[in-house]
Amino acid sequence: MLTDATVEIEVRDLTKHVNSSEGCLTILDGLDCRIAAGESVAILGASGSGKSTLLGLLAGLDIPSRGQVRVGGIDLASLTEDGRAALRGRRMGFVFQSFQLLPALTALENVLLPLELAGQRDAAARAHAALARVGLAGRLSHYPRQLSGGEQQRVAIARAFAPRPAILFADEPTGNLDVATGGRIIDLLFDLNREAGTTLVLVTHDAALARRCQRRLHLSGGRLGEP
Amino acid sequence: MKPLTFALRQLRGAWRANELRVLLAAVVLTVAATGAVGFFADRIQFALERQGSLLLGADLLVVSDRSLPDGWLQRAHSRGLVTVRTMEFPSMVLFGEASGLAEIKAVAPGYPLRGTLMVSETAYGAARAVRHVPASGEVWLEPRLAAALGVAVGEHVGLGERDFVVGAILAQEPARGGDLFSIAPRLLMALEDVPSTGLVQYGSRISHRLLLAGGKTTVREYADWARANLERGMRVEDVHSARPEVRQALAKTRQFLGLAAAASVMLAMVALALAMLRHVQRQLDACALMRCFGARQGTVVGVFLWQTVLIGLIGAAAGCVLGYAAQEVLARLLGHLFLERLPAPTVLPALSALLAGMAALLGVSLPHLLRLRGVPVLRILRRDLDGGTAHWLAWLPALAVLLALVFWNARDAGLGWVVLAGLAGLLLAAALTAWLAAGLLRRTLGRAGGAWRLGLANLLRRPGLTLAQVAGFGLGIMAMLLLTLVRADLMASWQSSLPPDAPNRFVINIQPQQLGDFRAFFGEAGHPAPQTHPMVRGRLVAVNGEPLDPGHYADDRARRLATREFNLSWAAALQADNRIVAGRWWGAEEHGRPLLSLEEGIAQTLGLGLGDHLTYDIAGSRIELEVRSLRRVEWDSMRANFFALAPPGVLEGHAASHIASLYLPAEREGLLGRLVQRFPNVTVIDVAAILEQLRGIMDRMTHAVQFVFGFSLLGGFVVLYAALHASLAERRQEIALLRVLGADRRQVLAGVLAEFAWIGIIAGALATAGASVLAWVIGTKLLGLPYAFNPLLPFAAALAVVLVPWAAWLGLRGALRQPPRQVLCSV
Repeated sequence: MLTDATVEIEVRDLTKHVNSSEGCLTILDGLDCRIAAGESVAILGASGSGKSTLLGLLAGLDIPSRGQVRVGGIDLASLTEDGRAALRGRRMGFVFQSFQLLPALTALENVLLPLELAGQRDAAARAHAALARVGLAGRLSHYPRQLSGGEQQRVAIARAFAPRPAILFADEPTGNLDVATGGRIIDLLFDLNREAGTTLVLVTHDAALARRCQRRLHLSGGRLGEP
Repeated sequence: MKPLTFALRQLRGAWRANELRVLLAAVVLTVAATGAVGFFADRIQFALERQGSLLLGADLLVVSDRSLPDGWLQRAHSRGLVTVRTMEFPSMVLFGEASGLAEIKAVAPGYPLRGTLMVSETAYGAARAVRHVPASGEVWLEPRLAAALGVAVGEHVGLGERDFVVGAILAQEPARGGDLFSIAPRLLMALEDVPSTGLVQYGSRISHRLLLAGGKTTVREYADWARANLERGMRVEDVHSARPEVRQALAKTRQFLGLAAAASVMLAMVALALAMLRHVQRQLDACALMRCFGARQGTVVGVFLWQTVLIGLIGAAAGCVLGYAAQEVLARLLGHLFLERLPAPTVLPALSALLAGMAALLGVSLPHLLRLRGVPVLRILRRDLDGGTAHWLAWLPALAVLLALVFWNARDAGLGWVVLAGLAGLLLAAALTAWLAAGLLRRTLGRAGGAWRLGLANLLRRPGLTLAQVAGFGLGIMAMLLLTLVRADLMASWQSSLPPDAPNRFVINIQPQQLGDFRAFFGEAGHPAPQTHPMVRGRLVAVNGEPLDPGHYADDRARRLATREFNLSWAAALQADNRIVAGRWWGAEEHGRPLLSLEEGIAQTLGLGLGDHLTYDIAGSRIELEVRSLRRVEWDSMRANFFALAPPGVLEGHAASHIASLYLPAEREGLLGRLVQRFPNVTVIDVAAILEQLRGIMDRMTHAVQFVFGFSLLGGFVVLYAALHASLAERRQEIALLRVLGADRRQVLAGVLAEFAWIGIIAGALATAGASVLAWVIGTKLLGLPYAFNPLLPFAAALAVVLVPWAAWLGLRGALRQPPRQVLCSV
């Protein structure tokens, strides 16, 4: 039984409509769920089932049409856009399918970005350590275009863990990588997650990857279900 | 995190990835064009004013009907101005039995402060420059005075109570301003000799003059002070109150330079806007990511602002250096054409250019700043979200900066409006044409196939970008057409307004009964008979029945004009260098009616308008004439022109003399001596010196203006490049996709070429029309030059159909060759 103190993310009646040329579409339809601190949860679903929409709402990147998302007990809707950004900066880390590294920054500078935005004093030391942890100590001053896909995703993982977030959101982290590289990236992701005791919310359509999480949620027809 | 740190990192990376080229080029160009024009215009203007000063003999002239208070001279000296005093008065000069009225000018050593005196040994003989003034006891006579008196160098003439030896014939005097036709010939003497002539007594009509020269600012300050402290009977003249033909040439030069500068700045701002569009597009991900990692909106805006300021500073600094270097090169290249060394440029144009560059960049950035502020964080997951477009009001600062820069550079409201109207017209026409073409394309699309279909569909899919590209290419091509073909036409037309055989001599006081013999004289000499105009002298005494009171005019010039005699003439047809600006010219049926056509400048000065009835006193008899039209006169044509013209059959009954204007090459100067011997009563006036100075200004300015127009041409290129660059990344991705889908290079190329050929066709057509209309407006309405459509224009524009797709191919050929996977991974 989850108590309020152990709940990291709480979702109540979460609904998202979008307007399209075919009228109003309901992407998410009254979802309820709770994710405990330190828990790893996979959100599974077919393409277009609304996985990324749900991730966006959980991270406060988007606002729901109805319902509530509470992170660490704070209702995201009660915050301003800047308030949500500050909350992300304090508590959340992200790993994306398309890596999302800034092409104009070096590997080190990409990792420094969230640390400096959060005003961390030892930003440089932490960034160095994070890159060393993902095996890229020798690639600090490389630009993303000079790195392979796997290396780029490792930089992204270092960037996500460096600020020691409470929650890590990962959106199809192996979607752009070959199987072997993807496997190594996932190992790294779970190792780091275990070391840091981070809450992991992983969006994927890969059942094998999902099985490595403690809990799996299926998104279908706008509703969540556990197998 | 400090926004500056992040901005610096981003810029360093973007610099390495060559992403800032276009944006920086646009900033550099804005600043370089504004700077170079500023620097150069500053120096040229100063040099030109010196040229104008040659005609004044000084930078500034204070004229008074009594001796100037000592304070005026002391003030000038205390401010470091160089001064020299002169006196002018009319007097009879005697030589044996002969006598003639002369305009005596007594000068102190140092005269003239600007320009040189030229003397010769015989009337109309070879002249040489001298650096001194007549010695005590010596006088120098103008050729027509020497000819009228029959006196030669070395002989003595009587002036007042004294005799003077004729030391030289005065061939050219810089400060020979005023009305050439109503003043007596000049006699130059030493100022110290004046008291001994006994000519200066109480009541004498003496004009005391103080000539001043010095630094530009000091002279201006002194002029301002002098104007504020003028007493009755005093006036101040500077280069701007110089002879009308020189004034007009200077004004046209300023207009040409202003036009070039305004066009460059406008083009640079269009390029800036296009380049900024692409730059911002590339910043969207960074903004979304920063927001995702917790950056506040203020931080995102701060980072972008810092980036913009840094780009601005780097570009502006480079632009300043380039602008300075460019004008220095020009100054050195053209240095030998100037009589005097160009004055050193001041730091002010650099500061102005820096400010202009930053204002242009920040003005153009503002709408994008708002756009970046609103970038949805969700873009991190959904790349199609981009924060939308900014409200149109956000573009107002950019528009305000554009307006300010265009007007500031044009330095002429009329010209500024024409340039802006040209831009607005072209944008409107581009939108309309693009819209019409889209309709046409939709119908064509169904029949087109494969890559062609995709290329054409691209035009419809991105109407905003298509419009921006059509406008960008159109503007660029229009600028190039204007600057190459039309500029050459306009410059040629300006120069041809002063042809090599423009009259360089006027012969006045030809009596009506002498006209036949006068023409025959030239026929016998094998010279074409000069054109003659009748001339009746009359004083304006009443306007609409009210007696004219000169004291009623506040303006000094108006008072002078109101008291002096007018040269009235008559003509059946309007001269080519005259243009009616109000009312209408008379037809044959109106000959004999009491009508009048006035020069617009004099009408304005004297407050006269259409329908006013002017009464002239002509040798005691009065005649009333109604103002039927106002004329604009191209004084710089150097042809004989009149302030007041009547139809034939009105003034014929009054005593008239005739004036002839003729071109006499240097080797036929001897003809003048024979002319004066044959018709002793006529007076020959030499305007060759003024003509030379005028021609010198035009020659130099043609070079200068062409150089400044070079910047506009560069602006055109940058606009073209920026227009192409605006969609480059997207196109590279599309090409890669097409290649993945199995399109071969030929098919992809066909699609790209089809799209850009359409853009080229529309832009070329617009540019031709735009360049023709603008050239016509600029030529006829602003510069007063005749304009003929250049038949090469459409052909030149047709090049656009080839050039635009070619430029596109140049930009995209890399993507065509690269393996698709590489392109898809890099975007």
